[in-house]
Amino acid sequence: MIRVENLVKRFGEVTAVDDVSFEVHRGEVFAFLGPNGAGKTTTVKMLTTLLRPTSGKIEFDGLDPTVKRDEVRRRFGVVFQDPSLDQDLTAWENMEIHGVLYGVPKRERRERAETLLKLFELWERRDALVKTFSGGMRRRLEIARGLLHTPKVLFLDEPTLGLDPQSRNQMWTHVKSLNEQDQVTVFLTTHYMDEADRVADRIAVIDHGRIVAVGSSQELKERTNTDSLEGAFLALTGTTIRDETASAADTMRQVARMWRR
Amino acid sequence: MRVIYILWLREVKKYLRSKTQVVASLGSPIMYLGVLGFGLGPVFQRAGEGSYLQFMAPGVIGMTVLFTSMFSGIALLWDRQFGFLKETLVAPVPRFWIMTGRTLGGATVAMIQGLLIFLISLLAGFRPTSIQTLPVALFVIAMVAVVFAAFGTIIGSSLKDMQGFQLVMNFLVMPIFFLSGALYPLTNLPKVLAVLTRLDPLTYGVDGVRAALIGVTQFGITLDVAALAGVAAVLLAAGAWRFSKIEI
Repeated sequence: MIRVENLVKRFGEVTAVDDVSFEVHRGEVFAFLGPNGAGKTTTVKMLTTLLRPTSGKIEFDGLDPTVKRDEVRRRFGVVFQDPSLDQDLTAWENMEIHGVLYGVPKRERRERAETLLKLFELWERRDALVKTFSGGMRRRLEIARGLLHTPKVLFLDEPTLGLDPQSRNQMWTHVKSLNEQDQVTVFLTTHYMDEADRVADRIAVIDHGRIVAVGSSQELKERTNTDSLEGAFLALTGTTIRDETASAADTMRQVARMWRR
Repeated sequence: MRVIYILWLREVKKYLRSKTQVVASLGSPIMYLGVLGFGLGPVFQRAGEGSYLQFMAPGVIGMTVLFTSMFSGIALLWDRQFGFLKETLVAPVPRFWIMTGRTLGGATVAMIQGLLIFLISLLAGFRPTSIQTLPVALFVIAMVAVVFAAFGTIIGSSLKDMQGFQLVMNFLVMPIFFLSGALYPLTNLPKVLAVLTRLDPLTYGVDGVRAALIGVTQFGITLDVAALAGVAAVLLAAGAWRFSKIEI
């Protein structure tokens, strides 16, 4: 489904993604697991056509995203790390705009929006403004919206950040069932080991912009001779804490968090 | 077309829903009209310039349009990280359409605000000398709205964080307002001020609205419209370019 070869992204002096190669198979749940600042989000941005790779090759369903940008965009849905809903609009309006942006015909748009909102248990609240929604509900709406144009791949960039265990649990149940029923390929990034362990068919551990290991949770544990994925993760990435320099976006993120409380 | 329409509709819908914001944003224009309009009225009269309220009402309409449209553009900055903008930027549509829908939406909202102030100024005692030229005034107001919505888009696409916002407010938006001749006549100004006012696009907007509503003009309506059209074309092109460069 996705094939990445020798992908590199440099921002000035800093190499955020350093010679990464991997493959995501059709219909699987693939997890990018790594500490903060490992290059997870940068990779997702390149796969979703938001950033141009410095060098390397991406093949998305047989297409090159830098050339066939819009065709690729129609083939995936994405839930970003930071919220991207319009809070002053209703759940239904958010779905409508998405449908129009992706050119989904009116009848199909309405039918699918209804199905998805029902599936994600948001149908009763469809006419409520998004700003009245809880964090978990917003995430579910973002996922429902990302699936409206029947994408082949769903990208989830740290989708459970800031959610309580109940919401996380419910969200993954939905995603997993979608993956199994509709054969949607799921590409997720997280730094929660238990999540990757629970939902992912295969896991790539990424650190300092490089992939240090790829395999199923079982394989990773065997390779590192550990009995938990957390142990395997620490064995692969070491125990030093990563100090990231805060970017403008991080500062804004902090302000945003303060305002939301 | 549908994409531009739905993004335009989104801006307008959001505006109509935020009642408190509508009321709040009318606060300072009303202060200018009420306090300055009546406070400076007697001095203005004694200087032989006639009614100050008549003179400044078009200026306050211009100010309202300036502030509202600039804000809508600058809001882009916040929207980019924590809002809807990202959703539109990964959609399979040209960025130019997205920018057009947004800018037209912001301009429409600014126009509605300007019209509200126009109605309020009527209540305060402003009397246009001619009703036939009202469409001309609307046209000029629309152009002012487009000019500054596009300007706001340029700034919103270029800023990195919220700190820059204060800078823009104090060193760009306020000077544009104060140098526009919204509050004082442009005749017999000191040399420096005379030059600066003529470089300010809002000057031509305010002058155009004055020409249409009270028949008083410095440059003539033709030059006003031509200047605004020129600036609009340049700023829209620059806005489209900056917008296409946004990385998230």
